[in-house]
Amino acid sequence: MAGLRRKRWNQRTYAPWLFLAPGMLMFSIYVVFPIFQSIWISFYDWDGLGPKTWVGLDNYANLLDDESFYTSLQNNLIWLLLYLLAIPAGLAVALFLNQSVTGIRLYKSLFFFPFVISQVVVGLIFSWFYAPDFGLLPKIIGFLTGSEIAVLADERYATYGVIAAGLWPQIAYCMILYLTGLNNINPEQVEAARMDNAKGWSMLWHIIIPQLRPATFIAMVVTVIGALRSFDLISIMTVGGPYGSTRVLSYFMYEQALSEYGVAMGYGAAIAVVLFAIMLVFISIFIVRMLQQERNG
Amino acid sequence: MFPTPIARTAPWVQRIYKWLLPVALVLWLLPLIGIAVTSIRPSSDLAAGNYFGWPSGFNFIENYSTVFENSNIGWYILNSFKVTIPTVVGAVGLSCLTGYALAVYKFRSNLIVFFMFVAGNFVPFQILAIPVRNLTLSLGMYNTTTGLVMFHVAFQTGFCTLFMRNFIKGLPFALIESARVEGVSEWKIFWHIVMPLMRPAIAALSVLIFTFIWNDYFWATVMAQSADVRPVTAGMNELKGQWKVAWELIAAASIIAALPPVAMFFLMQKHFIAGLTLGATKG
Repeated sequence: MAGLRRKRWNQRTYAPWLFLAPGMLMFSIYVVFPIFQSIWISFYDWDGLGPKTWVGLDNYANLLDDESFYTSLQNNLIWLLLYLLAIPAGLAVALFLNQSVTGIRLYKSLFFFPFVISQVVVGLIFSWFYAPDFGLLPKIIGFLTGSEIAVLADERYATYGVIAAGLWPQIAYCMILYLTGLNNINPEQVEAARMDNAKGWSMLWHIIIPQLRPATFIAMVVTVIGALRSFDLISIMTVGGPYGSTRVLSYFMYEQALSEYGVAMGYGAAIAVVLFAIMLVFISIFIVRMLQQERNG
Repeated sequence: MFPTPIARTAPWVQRIYKWLLPVALVLWLLPLIGIAVTSIRPSSDLAAGNYFGWPSGFNFIENYSTVFENSNIGWYILNSFKVTIPTVVGAVGLSCLTGYALAVYKFRSNLIVFFMFVAGNFVPFQILAIPVRNLTLSLGMYNTTTGLVMFHVAFQTGFCTLFMRNFIKGLPFALIESARVEGVSEWKIFWHIVMPLMRPAIAALSVLIFTFIWNDYFWATVMAQSADVRPVTAGMNELKGQWKVAWELIAAASIIAALPPVAMFFLMQKHFIAGLTLGATKG
């Protein structure tokens, strides 16, 4: 009997590790170790094939003298700030669609549609939408102001044009999070507040938004991560141009280390480490918050 | 319910709302409608500057068959399936195991392992790219669908573990406890008791991962060089360069490339949204 109990206790001690082993192994090899390897590579001068030369912090020092680095950093900031608009915009669309009229389910699905399509296709659609001579947007702007603007060919507007394309699916994502959140709002509280004559903005601000906090948290996470990961749209719509004005760190890194002509592995790794450090700030905030939720229940 | 149900508002508000819904939808999908209409235009329309007017003909069959004849898109689509389907099976399979371990067993490093998966899921791809490409090269898997699948399975295991673990936590634990009292082995509990209850989670994750991987562009570009392994996202970028101003073909190809995840979404809508909005209601 004692022997049997010990066997079962053993089984319960090692079972979780057997269940975890394959997943942890894969995840360590392809995700955890590469992070440290990249940090390590960033201290070398390396073309990817020949021998590595230790250069210490030189790659980082060079970054500080590189104008492209500052352009990328600034664009990352613009992306981040403007992408956050997807959260209130998504809430607005969700409030607009949170009704029970006939056919509303189909409307909700179709509003969500842009999120399902790949960013490559979204990028192509918007390139076409912005195209000078025949694109719809220059036509509209031309009609309103008398002069057409080639959004993606103009250094002043190109980044904003790409971000607008990215906001389209991102708003759809936030909308679906808020629709789910609105669906789970406590109706008694809403009715009680209505009795107290709360309506419109004050109702939204004091009763609804506090109850939507879990949805807002997830919307924040996916929007911040999405903004800092932006790569596909830039690659499809502008290839970083005109004159490198739409580069962000992720694209700048790709140009330096991964593209056809990119052989500066050390330099590229250093850019990646900077982007990683920026994201780590947000990742830490998210993890702490999730940990608190975990402890509370 | 908030906002106030439309049925309880004044008749003029109801009328405006009924009218506003389709208008807002058309505006919202305007770029997409534009590309869909362009994909069936005869090329003479584009040459004559008829970009937004009524198409002068309905060239659906001509344009779509030209896309397949003049490009490798058939191959690209096949490659996308060859990458996507094994990834879905691998990542969902692995995360059934990891999610179960983290949801059911109490051990000291449980939360650390869990948050390692969660945090890894958020890192920028660029910090992984150089070492992952080198590793894939040294395994002889560079420029193969297997190489892409290996990475995708590993990376997606992060998100899938988060999902599965939270799902299993919501299952009645008493079920597992009583099986343990009966002396059922840990593996049999997992396989015969928990797995059957995980079907909705497996379905939701499968559609989500299918869409994520189908739409992946960065890794498709970094890890696939030749046309015979290139997935459709990377292929589209090449076709855009090849066809330049033949927008009716680019439009048709875009629609073709977008179709599988769109079909998946409409067929499995409930699961898709349940997966995407996990955590949006509690916490």
